[in-house]
Amino acid sequence: MSMANSLSLFDISGRAMAAQLVRLNTTASNLANAGSVSGSEAGAYRAMKPVFRTIMGEAGTATVAVDQVTQANSTPTKRHDPSHPLADKDGNVWEAAVDSATELVEMVETARQYQNNVQVLSTAKGLISETLRLGQ
Amino acid sequence: MSDNLFGIHAKTLQVRALRMDVLASNIANAATPNYKARDIDFSKALALAERGQSAESAISYRVPLQPSLDGNTVEMVTEQTAFAENALAYRSSLAFLNGRIGTLSRALKGE
Repeated sequence: MSMANSLSLFDISGRAMAAQLVRLNTTASNLANAGSVSGSEAGAYRAMKPVFRTIMGEAGTATVAVDQVTQANSTPTKRHDPSHPLADKDGNVWEAAVDSATELVEMVETARQYQNNVQVLSTAKGLISETLRLGQ
Repeated sequence: MSDNLFGIHAKTLQVRALRMDVLASNIANAATPNYKARDIDFSKALALAERGQSAESAISYRVPLQPSLDGNTVEMVTEQTAFAENALAYRSSLAFLNGRIGTLSRALKGE
């Protein structure tokens, strides 16, 4: 973590929205690959997950950044399907390690948290404009 | 002179703005593992601000009602309520200030 830096409310919520957007993109990739099939276990798609990290600011302020996007520790499902064009010599294929239900829940949560940050920004924007109009 | 005219509202706005940043930080970190939510003890921070001191020592960690497994202590309902309350209080101070400025300018114009 670097030195405490000065974070405005726009930095705080703006960067949080950017992080939530990365999370939403990852979820979209996972959902898009759900049900995809590979001819080897190593080649099968594994769900990805962003790792969030707090960026500290001055006086109790903090925002968030995506440290990295990692592959979830999940195993693809082996399915015996000799008629599949991608089947290996033993007649097996591997289905992407993506749990659609988990991803959908993740998507809803991401959308909510994104929305909360938008709300914070718009309230702050309103208050700042009102402050500028003070006495007018 | 100006301090007497506008009372504690200028300091109040400063502390309310700082509290807004702290609460926004909590909301921003709603999904960060191990993030500990913080808040400002408003009256303590205001007392410090009136003495011209930093409000930093009025900031403390929130005690979660139901701690989560990933160590994050942001509880959205608490944060949203506190944020709304703080925004309303900020707006109240603005209203007081506007009232005072209006009174003063009417007095200056001899209305």
